[in-house]
Amino acid sequence: MSFTPSRPSPARMLSRARAAGVPEARWRPGLAVQPFHSEIFAPASEASGAGLALALARDVFAALGQDEDARPVLWVQDRKAIRLGGRPFLHGLPPAWRDRLIHVAASTPEDALFALEEGLKCRDLACVIGEIAGNPRALDFTASRRLSLAAERHGVRLWLVRLDAVPDLSSARMRWQVCAARSPRPRWNPVAPGSATWHAELFRARGHVPGEWMLCDDNGTLRIHRDADRAAATDPVHLVRPTVGRSLAARARA
Amino acid sequence: MLLADARALCPDLTAVPADPAADLAALEKLALWAQRWGPWSAMDPPDGVLVDVTGAAHLLGGEAALLADVANACTRRGLRVRAALAPTAGAAWALAHYGPPAAILAPGDDPLRLLGDLPVAALRLDDDVLTVLRRLGIRRLGQLVGMTGAGADDPQAEAAARDALHRRFRNRRSPAANPLLRLDQLLGRVPEPLLPVIARPVPMVQRRLMEPLRQRDLLDRVVGDLALAMVRALEARGEGARRLELALWRVDGEVLMRRIELAAATREAEHMLRLFAQRLEDVDAGFGIEMVQLRASWSEPLGLSQSDLDAAAESHGTALAACIDRLSVRLGPQAVTRPVVRASHVPERAQGTQPPLAPVPAVQSAGPFPARPLKLLDRAEPIAVLYASPDGVPQRFRWRGMVREVVRVEGPERIAPEWWRERSTTRLRDYYRIEDEGGRRYWIYRQGIAGDGRGGVPDWFLQGLFA
Repeated sequence: MSFTPSRPSPARMLSRARAAGVPEARWRPGLAVQPFHSEIFAPASEASGAGLALALARDVFAALGQDEDARPVLWVQDRKAIRLGGRPFLHGLPPAWRDRLIHVAASTPEDALFALEEGLKCRDLACVIGEIAGNPRALDFTASRRLSLAAERHGVRLWLVRLDAVPDLSSARMRWQVCAARSPRPRWNPVAPGSATWHAELFRARGHVPGEWMLCDDNGTLRIHRDADRAAATDPVHLVRPTVGRSLAARARA
Repeated sequence: MLLADARALCPDLTAVPADPAADLAALEKLALWAQRWGPWSAMDPPDGVLVDVTGAAHLLGGEAALLADVANACTRRGLRVRAALAPTAGAAWALAHYGPPAAILAPGDDPLRLLGDLPVAALRLDDDVLTVLRRLGIRRLGQLVGMTGAGADDPQAEAAARDALHRRFRNRRSPAANPLLRLDQLLGRVPEPLLPVIARPVPMVQRRLMEPLRQRDLLDRVVGDLALAMVRALEARGEGARRLELALWRVDGEVLMRRIELAAATREAEHMLRLFAQRLEDVDAGFGIEMVQLRASWSEPLGLSQSDLDAAAESHGTALAACIDRLSVRLGPQAVTRPVVRASHVPERAQGTQPPLAPVPAVQSAGPFPARPLKLLDRAEPIAVLYASPDGVPQRFRWRGMVREVVRVEGPERIAPEWWRERSTTRLRDYYRIEDEGGRRYWIYRQGIAGDGRGGVPDWFLQGLFA
């Protein structure tokens, strides 16, 4: 593995782009310049970690214009994470991701880290999502540094979900703490659970100010959710068509 | 006779368990070995081999000498044989099984001179057909030939005789059940296709070593040499390896086997070496390894590819197949899977797994399901639920030791059991999407309804976690 300086690695391009004058101090959804290694700390009794990882991944791919990317996605879980949080369910995934998933069930955290690193080295993968429960001894600063370097060298993004873990030393470029939040009321059935909403705290990031957001998954796009109870306008099933140019009210207003 | 009865009669009886699969494999090997007498051979299970020696007998000094050679060679190997030579496979079979020893039926001979006295069982017929023929009073081949009117001078009489026999067995399509068809095959009037055995040597390379190896780095170098040689052998055949077997012969006669399977056909020595390196960790060299052999026991066609243009891509990361190989060698082949949609409404059956690079089968889409959770637990976990009425919506539940208040709920969505797959006492499920006071969203279900006659008070389970 010799590093050739003639070919700039994606990480260098990233830092160069940052130096060129796009210092987006405040993080927001839809940023194209995103780090390659992120960590998401989440409770194991909810799927908010995996949900946010998926939403962030789709956000980055949408911002980079890689929506049509059909390369597979590697989803690595260790045994404890499978026992606590279950496996990804195809019918609950976004439709475009259903036939792209390759699942790795590792028995130990060491095997899971090996699988993550091998996935990051693979040029045919769109991204890697990992789920590791607790604070295993194998996942120390050195291991996370290895993951960061592999991700930045090969340009494959990694979202590592840490279930029920204490934020210890890590070299992840963005570190999130997430938990589920009350969802907005759907318009057509106010007593039903609404679209996925999370309370996310970015507590460490390079190039961004730490902050807290209420994020919600609005039909596949990640949005900042302003008010938890007011915006009851989300229509997750598209029951109504937009009345473009036909509405009498719109004409009357015009 | 039962084995116990036989042992009672003869106490020092030796019993060996039957192994039909190994018998068949041995017969296949024997058929290949028998190609020393002719270019083409076929198996005749359970205990026969057919060899086509057309135009090859003079190489061994004539037909009688050939049969003597067959008897000699087989006796030397401890096989008892009955060999016969005839213009058709059926006639040779009949002579070998029921004829005189080392019988030869020359092409110019009258077939009935040798075959006429054989029993009808020489026609390779099923037992029930033989019973029918015995009841009809036909015991010898000559009698059957006489019934078909083969010797008759009048073609019309012959046709009438054949027609009578044909109508008697008109429903029997299989040659083994139709004596007329078998007789025609025996006499060479209709062709009899046979399935030849063709040897297909697997690519194999090996190194005998001057000095027994005891060090790991030397072994790695030998395996590297073998991998390069294997790549050349595969390249010559235009194939790539799917399964590789490495055999290490130790000085004390022990053979160590290491086997890897690859997700896609490959011809990369470095990739093979890397996969074997992990499997060679636990090799006990003992007094040394004196021979190393590498076989590709499963290979698939793989076209030659331009290497220079691809070099830029190769220097950056690995291919998907290589990545999956590395993962499945370390984690086991069951650990790396691709989830696929299966045709079922029951959530745990709506998703199956298959090898990651296998083509995804086309499944008729079941239309948009109502919202499904992002994560599904391997086994639905029982929860204790407080409800206002037994078939109403849940109000509070306890899961993993925590009591949670249900704030929002949508349901029920009823999923009936699959009656074509499950017992009739399986209870239906009423699924609810719920959200608790902290905003956590779950998918829970009640198994059965009160008073459905399939059990007592329904149980509640938590099966999925929404994002």
